Parts: sequence; structure tokens; C-alpha cells
Amino acid sequence: MTSFLTARRLQGVITGSAVAALVLTTAACGGTTRESEAAAPASGGGSEASASADPDAAIPEGLAIAFLPKQLNNPYFAVADGGGEKAAGELKAEYSEVGPSEASASSQVSYINTLTQQGADVIVTSANDPNAICSALDQARAGGAKVVTFDSDTDPECRDVFINQATPDGIAETQIDLMAEQIGGAGKVAILSATANATNQNAWIELMKTYAAEKYPEMEIVTTVYGDDEDEKSFQETQGLLQSTPDLKGIISPTTVGISAAARYLSGSEYKGKVALTGLGTPNQMREFVKDGTVTAFALWDPADLGYLAAYAGAALSAGQITGAEGETFEAGELGEYTIGADGEIVLGDPTEFTADNVDEFDF
Amino acid sequence: MAVDTAPVAGNAAPPQARAPRRQFTLPGGSVISTFLVLFLVIASFSVEGFASTRNAGFLLLDVVAVALIALPLTLIVVTGEIDLSVASVVGLSSAVMGKLWFAGLSLQTIIPLCLVLGAVLGAVNGLLVTRLGLPSLAVTIGTLALYRGLAFVVLGDQAVADFPREWTRWAIGSIGGTGIPNAVLPLLVLIAVTAVLLHATPIGRSLYAMGNSEDAARFSGIDVGRTKLWLFVAAGVVSALGGVFWTLRYGSARADNASGLELQVIAAILLGGVSIFGGSGGLLGVLAGALLLASVRNALQLVNVPSDVLNIVTGVLLIVAVVAPQVAAGVRTRTRARPR
Repeated sequence: MTSFLTARRLQGVITGSAVAALVLTTAACGGTTRESEAAAPASGGGSEASASADPDAAIPEGLAIAFLPKQLNNPYFAVADGGGEKAAGELKAEYSEVGPSEASASSQVSYINTLTQQGADVIVTSANDPNAICSALDQARAGGAKVVTFDSDTDPECRDVFINQATPDGIAETQIDLMAEQIGGAGKVAILSATANATNQNAWIELMKTYAAEKYPEMEIVTTVYGDDEDEKSFQETQGLLQSTPDLKGIISPTTVGISAAARYLSGSEYKGKVALTGLGTPNQMREFVKDGTVTAFALWDPADLGYLAAYAGAALSAGQITGAEGETFEAGELGEYTIGADGEIVLGDPTEFTADNVDEFDF
Repeated sequence: MAVDTAPVAGNAAPPQARAPRRQFTLPGGSVISTFLVLFLVIASFSVEGFASTRNAGFLLLDVVAVALIALPLTLIVVTGEIDLSVASVVGLSSAVMGKLWFAGLSLQTIIPLCLVLGAVLGAVNGLLVTRLGLPSLAVTIGTLALYRGLAFVVLGDQAVADFPREWTRWAIGSIGGTGIPNAVLPLLVLIAVTAVLLHATPIGRSLYAMGNSEDAARFSGIDVGRTKLWLFVAAGVVSALGGVFWTLRYGSARADNASGLELQVIAAILLGGVSIFGGSGGLLGVLAGALLLASVRNALQLVNVPSDVLNIVTGVLLIVAVVAPQVAAGVRTRTRARPR
């Protein structure tokens, strides 16, 4: 009989607490819905224009500049952070790189909290989640830190400036220009993209089509295929393209996985050197194909420049040269002068073009 | 009371087998608590920025979810079972919360629904374990993947983030600037309820009995299946509540929220001196374990130890915590054997 008693009791305790929780939550207030929130006037908002910028302010020595990438041990961020370290050296700042070993928002939060506690002057981060690190960044800024995002932005309210690697227009135009140079501005071209619903790629492809139609009317973009950012699938899609369109002149692949798979297929096929290939790729993945003549030129922003610019922007913010408002300008070392755009965005510039001449200068 | 002790007296084997374990586990909790206090004192003096209300707030906020989920999971581990799906329940609850909020439901409706969902998910675990007699390790490894998969079905790789400011501020706010997070209060209530349940009621004693010998527990009239089923349900409900808290704390509902959290929770439980085979351990040790793990991470982060090294330190701590009792027990039996 005790059996029922004990089990029942446990059952009672659990149901009791569940009911209590329900009552508590329901009784809390009248009902908070998305609509009622949207109807309420937006509160809070950025600290923009609270201080005025002094373009001539000197950058103090010994600023604590911390880089917090999406995750450590990621080659892309290792190079970007390396650029930041170089800039910190030029600025005589104290550079540090901290971050989680797995790319999760919650672990970034604990690192931001630590940096807040340590009193970092500048936090340069790439967000794993545009919103999840917001409240932690707010606390850091309340503690006096300047926040620069790069690669992946947060909600604009949560940071001072965002370093954008390139504008969608810049990315699209660079790739079309590279292709036009290689095929003489005329002929059938196909696109090997990532997934069918990849936001970035789809935006670029639209812009590429518009730009090509305008500037190179004889270039015809015949089809877009999707390699799903998988090496094998991209490889097979390339093969399929060449079989379905015998007079294909070139392939543009705006994704690093796609372009390296396509290059591998082309370099082992009869089309090597006959069908042009360009797009967005990393020098390390593409080096051998540039050297064996499969690929003439491809593009990507240099992540080291991205980190370098981010560190300079952070220092300029900390010194008060800029506040993050549109139209302010600052000097970013060897990269020259930059102007802040709308929403506190700073665009790094057009992608870097890689050819046989310069590919060995890069390691990422 | 008499009913509970009688079967034990009637069966000669279990009490003898249990005696040495009991002797060891109670100190187990106090060993880890002593460690915690020692660590806090040393870190306060040697780590710059460790001892401050702001840092205490950061630290406690990181512990809340782990400690919360550790409560029901400790009970489950004491009975000799395990639930690895807790973090996936957190993720699914978070995803559902985001989806329903996006659909326009009120939080006052969504939160109870999430808790009910948690109860159902827990019941699925519990029924598979108790009715089909499957090992809980296998069942919950399965539901770990299943529930996380469902979370991605619900929300995909989207994030829902426009939760009301008052709610998200509460989740990260502290009680009157003391640095103690608001969420600690309801957590303390749940800790008290669980502690009383485990350490001061016949139910609690029956859980230890199950963990020591399920057959003996069954013979002494405990409805093992039913009790375990309800424990899994409780774990589901509390994990779902954890999902609600996680979502508000980070202001972002995502399918991948809290992935890997189950390992932190289990680490805290083992570090706290609860035997993974069941039958021993206490809640105080578990809470001290959770606090110790978080404090070590926090202090090492403050002195800029890289995250890889951090993981190594956590891993070593855990192994030491699991191996130390074995060694201690071995030493004890040997020293006891010698005089004879």
C-alpha cells in the first residue's frame, strides 16, 4: 500500500507545483502579446548623438582592445583577429583574443561579461546571434566599453559601429567584371550557388544579373544551380552544367565551397582552361588551381583587413574621434580614411582580387 | 515511518551493502562544499575582478539554468536512471515559445503551454523507460536527438527575438542592485521543495532505495515504475521552464538554444558527489558542484585562460570527482581489512 502512497504523493507534489506555476504565470498580468508590444511606443534606443565627435582627439596609448570571434580555432577568424593584432600594435594598444570553442551565443555572453568585468576599452565581436548577446553588450557599454561588430552584425542598437566586409553591389560587380574580363564580355555563363534559400547568395545573384544585363549585354546568365555548400554536390552540379550546356563559357560560384569543388572538377577535365571559373574563394583553397591554370582570378575580402579596420574603428570610438553617427570620418592606418554610413555601418571596400601574381601573399 | 523502515530490517543484504556508501556520500557533499568555499576565498584574493557584486551577478546568472535542471535530474540519477534529453527539451521549449510568440499568443498563455509540452516530453521518456523497460541511457540519447530535431522543425534556423523588454530585463536583472539575479528567488523556492522532497520525506528515501536495489525497493512495496515516470515528467516540466528562462535571458528563441547543457548539468551532479549508479548523494553537493564549475570557469576567464584549456580543466575536475570516491572507498576497505 505504501507503493501507492509514495507514488501518489510524488504525483501530488508535481501536479501541485505545476498548477501553482500555471496560476502564477497566468495571474502575472493581463496578457502580453506581440501585438500589444508592437502597439506600445518603442522605448530605449541607441546612445547615438549623445556625445559629439572630436575628429582631432588623440588615440590614447594602452587601450585594451579585445577580439571576441564567433569561435576560436576558426581559420577565418584567426586571420581577421591577426589583422586586429597588427592594428593594435600600431596603436600601442593591449590586444587580446578571447572566445568560446564552440560557436554559440550563450558562451559569447559569458566572455562579454568577463570583458566587462575586466574593463575592456574596445570589444570587437562577430555575433553568433544578432540578439542574444545584446543585453550583455549593453552592460559592457554601460561600463564604458566601445563595441565594434564585424562579419556578423548584432541589432544596430547594441553596438557602436559595424564593419561590413563589402556591399552586396561591390561583391556582385566584382564577380561579373572578373568573368567579363576572362570571356571577353560575351557568352553563356552559369552560376553555382550555395543553397536555394541562402540569403546572401540570392541577393548577390539578383544584383549580378541586373549588372550583367546593363554592362555586358552579350553575356548571358543561362542558369543557376545549387551545390548546397557541399563539396560532393557542388562537384556533381559542375559536371551537370558542362554536360547540359555544351557551349558554356564560364561559371561564377559566389561561395567558397562551390568554387573550390568546381575548380577541382575542371582541373581534372577536358574543360580545363577552356571554361572560365571565378567567384568567391579563399587563397588557400584555390592556390593550386590558380597555379595549374584552371582559374585566372577570383575574389574575396581579406579578413585581415576586416580585423585591422575594426580595431582602428574601436580605437577611434574610444578616443572620441567618432561616435558612430553617419558621415563621421576616421583614419584607419594603412587602409586610409573611412566614412561611417547609415546605421553606423563602415564598408571595408570592394573585395580583393586574387591572381597567380598575388595569391601567395595570403594565408587564409 | 515504520512502514518504510520495516522492509529494510527484513532484508539483511541491502543495509550492509549500503552502509559504506552512505558513510562516504554524506561527506561527499561536504567535501565539494569545502572545495567551493576554499576556491571562492582563494579566487577572491588572487583573481582581479572576481569578488564584486557585478561579477557575482554574472556568475550566478550562468548557474541558474544548470542548477534549475539539476534539481529533477539529481532525483533521477539517485534512482539509478539518467535523462540526457533535458537540454533538448530546453531547446524545443524555446523554439515553441518563439513560434507561438511570433504567431501572436500572449506570454501568459505560451509559458503554461511550454510547461505542458515539457510534461509530455518527459512522459514520453518516462513511459519508454518504465513501461517498455528500456534503459534510460538509450531512450534519452534517442530523445536528445529527437527533441532537438523537432526544435529545428518548429523554428528552423530562424530566431525570434522581439520579446517584451520588461520580461527580458527581469531575466537578466538583479534584486535591487545586489547582484543577485531575480531568477534566483524562484530557483530557491524550487531548491527548497526538492531538498525537502529528497531529504525529508518517504518519497526521497524510496528514491535512494530504488537506486541501491530496485528489486529490494519493489519488494518493500515501492511502485518503482510509477515513481520514475513522474520523475521524468518533472524533469520535462522543469527543463521546459528552463527553456522559457533561457529564451528570456538571451532575448532570443532558437532551436539550438542550450545545446550541450545536459553535460554541464550532469557534470555538476557528479562533481556534487551523486553516484552515477544511483543510491547516494545529496542536493547540497550538487548545488555546490554547479557553483564550483561556474566559478572555476569564471575565474579562469578573468585571468584570460583560453577556452580550450578551460574545457580541459573542467574535464579533469570531473574525472577527479568521479575517481576520488573510488580511490577513497578502496583505501578505506583496505585499511579496514588490515587489522584483522
